Amino acid sequence: MQIYLPIADLPVNVFLVLGMGLAVGFISGMFGIGGGFLMTPLLIFIGISPAVAVASVTSHIAASSCTGAITYWRKRALDMALAMMLLSAGIIGTACGVWLFTMLRALDQLDLMIGLSYVTLLTLVGGMMIHESVRAELRARKGMPATLRRPGSHNWVHGLPLKMRFKRSKIYVSAIPVWGIGFIIGFIGAILGIGGGFLLVPMLIYFLRVPTATVIGTSMILTLITMASATVMHAATNHLVDAVLALILMVGGVIGAQFGARTGQRMRGERLRLLLGLLVFAVGLRFAYALVVQPDDLFSIRHVGVG
Amino acid sequence: MTRALLIAMLLTLSAACAGPAAAERLVVSLSNHRVLVTSSFVGEDLVLFGTIEPDEGRPQPRRDYDLVVTVVGPRETMRTRRKERVLGIWVNVDAREFVRVPAYLAILSDRPVNEIANPEILRRLQVGLDNFLLPQRIGPDIADTVRDDPFRAAFVRLQQQYGLYRQSGSAVTFLTPTVFRVGVPLPANVLTGNYAVDVKLFSGGEMIARTDTALEVIKAGFEQYVAEAARDHGFFYGLVTSLMALVIGWFASVVFRRD
Repeated sequence: MQIYLPIADLPVNVFLVLGMGLAVGFISGMFGIGGGFLMTPLLIFIGISPAVAVASVTSHIAASSCTGAITYWRKRALDMALAMMLLSAGIIGTACGVWLFTMLRALDQLDLMIGLSYVTLLTLVGGMMIHESVRAELRARKGMPATLRRPGSHNWVHGLPLKMRFKRSKIYVSAIPVWGIGFIIGFIGAILGIGGGFLLVPMLIYFLRVPTATVIGTSMILTLITMASATVMHAATNHLVDAVLALILMVGGVIGAQFGARTGQRMRGERLRLLLGLLVFAVGLRFAYALVVQPDDLFSIRHVGVG
Repeated sequence: MTRALLIAMLLTLSAACAGPAAAERLVVSLSNHRVLVTSSFVGEDLVLFGTIEPDEGRPQPRRDYDLVVTVVGPRETMRTRRKERVLGIWVNVDAREFVRVPAYLAILSDRPVNEIANPEILRRLQVGLDNFLLPQRIGPDIADTVRDDPFRAAFVRLQQQYGLYRQSGSAVTFLTPTVFRVGVPLPANVLTGNYAVDVKLFSGGEMIARTDTALEVIKAGFEQYVAEAARDHGFFYGLVTSLMALVIGWFASVVFRRD
């Protein structure tokens, strides 16, 4: 069944888009990530212009993280205080990111910059996650206790001043790394058009020692707020949010996210991190492949404007 | 049935206005002057019908007619970029801007255009994809280049792949020696706006008559409503879309609640 998208200006198959929403929603619910780094390339692949894809995906991410956040809220697996602290710095990061984006756009190499950033970020983060979770898995096999969260274990992050207590996550850390992480996520999210969940989850685990139980819910509420405001900003400035496309993606996304969240909670933390690491690493390799291999057509057309 | 009716109507029409004409005249009619883009739009095939009114003053009416129809869509500025390998990765190294070129361009004729007239005439009348003016920004100037310029060739090739540029030497069918029918295919990815249809009649390698008509592609109903809301009330449109995301997210969590 074909439906014509009013902003993207082309017809798409409803079931194909719905299926893409379901698949990405499942992954997003399972790992507590927005899934923007998967959805945007998929939409571009079926012929939607990158600008419309990036703008419309934000509302899809908002919907899937909303349903996920409510599910975790009911299970009391969500740290609102921590999310608000991250958000306060995230807004400043987003503003700086938007400013840099506008600066880079004047040069003709924005696509390349985004491609290179994706490759570096995804392969690095994915590789680190695989390495860490394989080590944890091996230790568990040998019958050694998991070293990830020992009571009383501290790293340099915990020596910083301005300490705050986050009751729900049962952590007592300095506000400085919390703001730092919030800023980085907001900044990267604005430049690359992603929610940043796949970066936020490992950062919260490794730097702040947030327990696996609350990390996903917290990441989801943060993603929900940033992506809902990003939708409004994109719609108000670029007029590129396709509500029809977003609606189809959302319906698939929320259903997928429900099943994903259940599957994710039944799995062990290390196993989950290994899977997410593999996924992130694979997408990173895909971007690297696109940069290195000779494209089918060396020429491409970019639409500058009507008239 | 409708086609037969249309032809009959055109024939009576042409008979009615047949006065003392100095040369052949063209009478054309499009099957649809207003293409509506609705939620089920997957492109549309238009039909242009027409007749050639014979030249009354000629003792021996001509029979060797050729017809070239040029459909020019709304103008758009596009950049064609070329990739090259730099330090192992493929980078856009060079780009040309095509300034206000048609977003849709169809050249439809009854036989290949280079058999209809000599290259000089074709170039002067801009007949064929090779002869149509596609101005590029070259430094401070805006000019068309030679047709085998790599950027121009790539641009035309890519637009042809998208179905937006096309040249067909078999799209015009003569039903009788003076009545013709032209299929105008509009793909699903056409831009909304005004489309000019230019009809040229050739005989013996010379253009002997010319006429034009137009059509418009517009969004209608729900599509029009959404597009206008997004353009004119961006902030509220964004708020509504965000709210829609929240409601759908909340709704799913209620529907799927298990405890």
